Amino acid sequence: MNKMISYIKTFTLWELLKGLSVTQRNFFRKSITLEYPDEKTPQSPRFRGLHALRRYPNGEERCIACKLCEAVCPALAITIESNVSEDGTRRTSRYDIDLFKCIYCGFCEEACPVDAIVETRLHEYHMEAPGENIMTKDKLLAVGEKYEAMISADKAADAKYR
Amino acid sequence: MEFFANLVPAFVWDIWNSLPPLVQYLTIVTWKILFVTIGVILIVAFSTYFERKVIGSMQGRIGPNRVGPLGLGQPFADVIKLLIKEVIVPAKSNRFLFVIAPLLTLIPALATWAVIPLNDWYVIADINAGLLYVLALTSVGVYGVILAGWATNSKYAFLGAMRSAAQIVAYEIAMGFALVGILMAAGSLNLGDIVRAQAGGFSNWFAWPLLPMFLVYWISGVAETNRAPFDVAEGESEIVAGFHVEYSGVAFALFFLAEYANMVLISSLTAIFFLGGWASPLEGLAFLEQYHDLPFIGWVFGGGFPWLFIKMCFFMYTFFWLRATFPRYRYDQIMRLGWKVFIPITIIWITVEGVMAWFEVGPWAGLTG
Repeated sequence: MNKMISYIKTFTLWELLKGLSVTQRNFFRKSITLEYPDEKTPQSPRFRGLHALRRYPNGEERCIACKLCEAVCPALAITIESNVSEDGTRRTSRYDIDLFKCIYCGFCEEACPVDAIVETRLHEYHMEAPGENIMTKDKLLAVGEKYEAMISADKAADAKYR
Repeated sequence: MEFFANLVPAFVWDIWNSLPPLVQYLTIVTWKILFVTIGVILIVAFSTYFERKVIGSMQGRIGPNRVGPLGLGQPFADVIKLLIKEVIVPAKSNRFLFVIAPLLTLIPALATWAVIPLNDWYVIADINAGLLYVLALTSVGVYGVILAGWATNSKYAFLGAMRSAAQIVAYEIAMGFALVGILMAAGSLNLGDIVRAQAGGFSNWFAWPLLPMFLVYWISGVAETNRAPFDVAEGESEIVAGFHVEYSGVAFALFFLAEYANMVLISSLTAIFFLGGWASPLEGLAFLEQYHDLPFIGWVFGGGFPWLFIKMCFFMYTFFWLRATFPRYRYDQIMRLGWKVFIPITIIWITVEGVMAWFEVGPWAGLTG
């Protein structure tokens, strides 16, 4: 009997028609493609993209050169040198992040006691020449200044879960 | 002719009439050939576009939509790209065979259109052995593939060519037997007569009494054109691209064109043999007969080229549909299906058909005559 059924199924192409119906159903379904440069997927405020160094509203650098981020960085991507600034505070004289080494884990952001180093939502950046993969302190601060509004909004959105 | 007579000035008509009949005939045939060839090439161009669209939709993607409105310029962009690319002839290949192989696959695919009736009167060569001509030319196509694989002098190309040759030879037999069924049912080898034998509407199509033949012919057709799921000849995962690994530029474009021209051909042939070609499915209904001569929409009821086109498009869609659905057959499974399933089925059905015709039962009563 089972053999009968299997023969009937073979010769009526039952399994093949089942397969064809699956693809046909999907044919009428809406396609899920996003046309990337024109359309973008929604991002979480926790998105971990390009790094930035922030300043206080009065323009003072947040970073106090505690080197916690350098210590926690699993990829050893952060290099910090520090000295005493003119006003007697402890400041970084060098703060480099090697974007090729960085794994975008976000530990530096977690470790930072003053919310100085953050990872922004920027992910569409590129490098054109060798050496541009090193984010120096100036570049990081520039990113922070440019996107301060976005960074602080993201921080505020995420604050209640921390 | 009367249609043209009103269209052109009288003196042109006089010149035309003063030409010798042979010249008149050759002119008309040349124009017919041009129309069909350009039509086929346009259909091929847009079927590459629709293939990508259809398969895209089935996989939840969009498909090409950047070149021109809705991406309709994509085929032309592809053609231009292929035309301006360099044709590389491998150093250790046989140059003459290497160049001639793509032509050998393309020419039969286009030449077969000579006997295909697009409607009641538009057929380039209305010969009585049309069916044999079709069988002969579709078999010649495999030489291009074998020569390409051989001339390339690469093991991948050679393996692909061998696979393709074995596959085409196996399925050619089942295909030929399926056509024997058509021949018995229609009582003629002329493609126009085969369609006329199916006139009278939906229920008279050969697809119903010859359903097993229909399926065998269609699946063999898919195998014959080396399309998924029978595309072992170009199995990307094992032999890169099979017989056309080393082809680039225009030479590759010709193979590509031949593959799609063959698909269009097989689709049209299946429509002609089993779904009544240009005949309308509404033909048999008596109350619709008064509409047969309506301008512009008369073909819906009376039959005409648009019906053939619609049926062809359905089969083209099925080609894409199969490709989106089924994984590639294993080589031994292809051989088993061809030799151990299709050929016995067709032979059994030919016998059944013969017995039924002999005892004058079913749709073949009166054929024994």
